[in-house]
Amino acid sequence: MSINTHYLDMPIAIEDLDQENLAYFKHCANHQFHLQACTACQQLRYPPTTACPFCAHLGSEWHPVEGQGTVCSYEEVHHAIQPAFKPFLPYLVLLVELDTQKDQPRLGDALRVMGNLTDPQGRLAVPEVVKQVGIGSRVRMVFTEVDQGIALPQWTLDETAEQPAKPWRYIYE
Amino acid sequence: METTNHLRGKYAIVGVGETAYIRGAGRTTRSMATEAIKRAMDDAGLQPGEVDGMMSYSQMDSTLSTFVAGDLGLRLNYFMDVWGGGSSIEALIGIATGVIEAGMCNTIAIFRSMNGYSGMRFGGTGKRAAEPLTGDQLHARAYGWQSPAQMFSLSFMHHMYQYGTTPEQVAMVKVVHSEHASNNPKAIMKKRVSVKDVLNSRMIVKPLHLLDCCLETDNGTAIIVTRKERAYDLKQRPALIQAVVGRCSKPRSDMYYQHGSLSQVAGHYAKDILWKNADCQPEDIDVTGSYDAFTFTSLLQFEDYGFCQKGEGGEYVSNGTTRLGGKRPNNTSGGHLCEGYTHGISMVIENVRQLRGDVDDSCPIGPDGKRQHTHDYREGGCRQQPGVELTANLGWATPGTGSAMVMTKG
Repeated sequence: MSINTHYLDMPIAIEDLDQENLAYFKHCANHQFHLQACTACQQLRYPPTTACPFCAHLGSEWHPVEGQGTVCSYEEVHHAIQPAFKPFLPYLVLLVELDTQKDQPRLGDALRVMGNLTDPQGRLAVPEVVKQVGIGSRVRMVFTEVDQGIALPQWTLDETAEQPAKPWRYIYE
Repeated sequence: METTNHLRGKYAIVGVGETAYIRGAGRTTRSMATEAIKRAMDDAGLQPGEVDGMMSYSQMDSTLSTFVAGDLGLRLNYFMDVWGGGSSIEALIGIATGVIEAGMCNTIAIFRSMNGYSGMRFGGTGKRAAEPLTGDQLHARAYGWQSPAQMFSLSFMHHMYQYGTTPEQVAMVKVVHSEHASNNPKAIMKKRVSVKDVLNSRMIVKPLHLLDCCLETDNGTAIIVTRKERAYDLKQRPALIQAVVGRCSKPRSDMYYQHGSLSQVAGHYAKDILWKNADCQPEDIDVTGSYDAFTFTSLLQFEDYGFCQKGEGGEYVSNGTTRLGGKRPNNTSGGHLCEGYTHGISMVIENVRQLRGDVDDSCPIGPDGKRQHTHDYREGGCRQQPGVELTANLGWATPGTGSAMVMTKG
């Protein structure tokens, strides 16, 4: 079933032919993070694709993956392109390396998953919290509700994890 | 697997042309493309019957070869309009040489025409921001990760983290290009700026300030490619094409951020094709045109193409090397940061002029009708680098995809 909805005033349209993305977001709607695992080489991949980027095998299965990792890069957006992001400025875009499959298949590789920094309920983080997060911060996955069949995976500070004394941030605040 | 170059020095850029770089052209991309090609034909001394091929690139924001050729009365034996932005021009020049070599036509005009300020804006505001999010964009645009500045900044920030690159060093790219633009009557931003000006300009997406970003511009631009033998019958000293790399990519293409080091760009792979096929090394290059959609894009490419060590780009752009009069000036027109944004073709045009020894600055015209270059690079002065024999263009699409070209004086 195709999805036609809105998120932050942005129209979302996933056609019913896009089986990979529909399956991905259906798991997210149930607050579960699943990725495709290659049925030949077993490597997980992100984002959803139509073949295995490591061995070109076409077959895959959805596997549950722990939504836990470390911020490998971030950016702090001060000028919103989509108008609906304006009330949340500055917001963080995070690229998070999952603990799962770290340094595989090669050293330095990782499953790097996008998301915004949010609170535990999946709402975009307030400026005081934005300032606390940088490269090295430990985060866990939460979900922002969008509509039936779709929620967005997001990242929030992992309250239970050991955090770096000072995550790396851009030199000037 | 190694590539082999059979065409080194056999093809040339013989004509270049452009409209004004302006914000608010008040006319169609068809009108600007037509003017740019006519200017390039006049520059080369080519008559309408002598251009029989045409190519262009756009992102559904421009006119097509069929209209422009029709307007100019050119009967084409070959044309092709492709989708693309930065990195397209070098790739198309490579295709042009192959098409002519295959006997499909003799002389090809390549254009880019866009109302990049008053029409579709690449920053993503307006029409681009309003488009629905389809499947794959839900992993990007849904997070407010959409504009080129937003898409690339994760790589830029990671470079600062890995190598201690400072905002002051990065700002030097803009400072140097603004010096060059102050000697370019065509440039939109002719005013010289300081590191402080860059750092005091408003933050767009950390680590990029407003002045770290290029200028959305309305313009049409064109170049003409033909065989070397034909080139010597024409008006200008030809710029010979030594080697081309077209849209060379990191593993995973658009999902490049999944592979290896985030701050490593496509030049890491492109360099092995470029320098071997051009039969030269970075140290042989006299002038570079390293794509400056942002200050940081020039810097990262210098590293991965081997103009300096990985991680030393900040030093390279700050030590005077890239200034006019320096060892290897970059973007002597002022580039996308100051002259205007063209998706790379203007940097090829500028290097063609540098190789001719005849950039269009404000130096006085002598009794022979040629510019008398003073090599005085103070504001409002000369922008011809002395003794230019070899140039390199480093085109950028994303951190994951780039193109490149080496040209030599014909």
